[in-house]
Amino acid sequence: MTTFGWYTDKVCEHYQNPRNVGQIEDADGTGVVGNPVCGDMMMITIKVEDGRIADIKFKTFGCGAAIATTSMVTELVKGKTLEEALQVTNKDVADALGGLPPIKVHCSLLAEEAIRAAIEDYRERQAGGGGT
Amino acid sequence: MKKRIYMDHNATTPLREEVLEAMLPYLRDEFGNASSLHAFGIRARRAVETAREQVAAALGAQPREIIFTGCGTEADNQAIKGVAFANRSKGDHIITSRVEHKAVLETCEYLEKQGFRVTYLPVDEYGLVSPDDVAQAITDRTILVSVMFANNEVGTIQPIAEIAQVCRERGVYFHTDAVQAVGKLPIDVRQLGIDLLSLSAHKFYGPKGVGALYVRKGVRIDPLLHGGHQEWGLRAATENVAGIVGLGKALELRLTEMEAEAQRLTALRERLYNGIVARIDHVYLNGHPTRRLPGTLSVSFDYIEGEGIIMGLDLEGIAVSSGSACTSATLEPSHVLLAMGVHPATAQGSIRFSLGRGNTEEDVDTVLEVLPPIVKRLRELSMFSEETPFPEEAGPRRRRTKECVR
Repeated sequence: MTTFGWYTDKVCEHYQNPRNVGQIEDADGTGVVGNPVCGDMMMITIKVEDGRIADIKFKTFGCGAAIATTSMVTELVKGKTLEEALQVTNKDVADALGGLPPIKVHCSLLAEEAIRAAIEDYRERQAGGGGT
Repeated sequence: MKKRIYMDHNATTPLREEVLEAMLPYLRDEFGNASSLHAFGIRARRAVETAREQVAAALGAQPREIIFTGCGTEADNQAIKGVAFANRSKGDHIITSRVEHKAVLETCEYLEKQGFRVTYLPVDEYGLVSPDDVAQAITDRTILVSVMFANNEVGTIQPIAEIAQVCRERGVYFHTDAVQAVGKLPIDVRQLGIDLLSLSAHKFYGPKGVGALYVRKGVRIDPLLHGGHQEWGLRAATENVAGIVGLGKALELRLTEMEAEAQRLTALRERLYNGIVARIDHVYLNGHPTRRLPGTLSVSFDYIEGEGIIMGLDLEGIAVSSGSACTSATLEPSHVLLAMGVHPATAQGSIRFSLGRGNTEEDVDTVLEVLPPIVKRLRELSMFSEETPFPEEAGPRRRRTKECVR
């Protein structure tokens, strides 16, 4: 497969065919991290059922690595319990992609932050009375 | 494998076959040191001096005014540091612009640490420096003004003659980084009133690793490199004979086709731009609409990021760059686009096409087929759109790029 820059095949494949793209309309939790000024912004929306991530979608403004890491993190946590999802680290995301160039490691950090933010948002909503 | 399309000629150009042929003898049998007095040395010396004449003729200069360097960056360093250190008793103030190449900007920043004062002039929305701003910035402590001939990222051509005239009237040396302009635009250093001019061979189909600096006779300048008499003591180093021969040959050949190529590339560039605008919305042209390098087209796409676009194009065999290849490893948007007042988030969505000798109308049409679906796909991936634009607080008034840390 053709690759770009110092990205692995897997990064390029996720860039070309990202998984779980979109935004869940009646999401239970939303995580938004990054800043368009810095060139990376990620939004993850989740649907939680029985303490598990039943559905997950993402939207990303950013480079190929930003797109691939968000895509990969949604794959890694889909179907997992919230506790399990919180165990997923940026290293897991990078490893699942076959590694990232050093200057793109921050993308995997953002991806980890995005899923954490979405879970945190879900928990806050639960604590705040469960309304959406 | 389908044909790869190279549209990144401002980064570098392929070596011309005729230039390679001219260089090869000096990489094989003609290995002499140009400083030696035996036959080997004399042949190498003749080759270097022929190249010097070719460069001088191309610029309207005297051969004695051409110094060969290791690259364009070195020529910029030599010009700015050389003039600064040689004229310290006269003054300690340097004027440049905010859109210069890093070779100039970071040299100036270094000189600030050495006690010099530097004024970084603003530019207008097209990237133009105002000669009036130059005049107003000059003080009796000013020793050098350095403004690039044409910008590498957006292609805007500066009012060089007007700026040079201001400098001449005030008795201040004028240097121009013409790395992107030489071989693309007609340049006569005498007519324009330029005191120092930098150029680089690999931008006009010559080899990498060789550049030149024009230093007008009478300009006081210190060397960067010490340790030999070469280049009249201004650049102590054994001459890169093959590289110098290649530079001279490449420039000579380029001049014969420059005018026709300028017309052809301007037409191709316009075909590309008009095609993009017709197919994609929320696209902005960066740089001056007409006062621009023939083959350079910088455009910004709202709601998406530039590397994503470049990646999509490269996977389809089309090579372009985002802003400047030198800065593509950083998170900050292009300093050139920011200086022009482009919204920093929009600046992140910028790509630069720089067309050259090998490009054809078919290439442009291929790009026009390939690019729109990539932009469409990336926009579908993005949380930003016409309905949900970039947040206002990220706008041009807030220069918060320093906060972009990894």
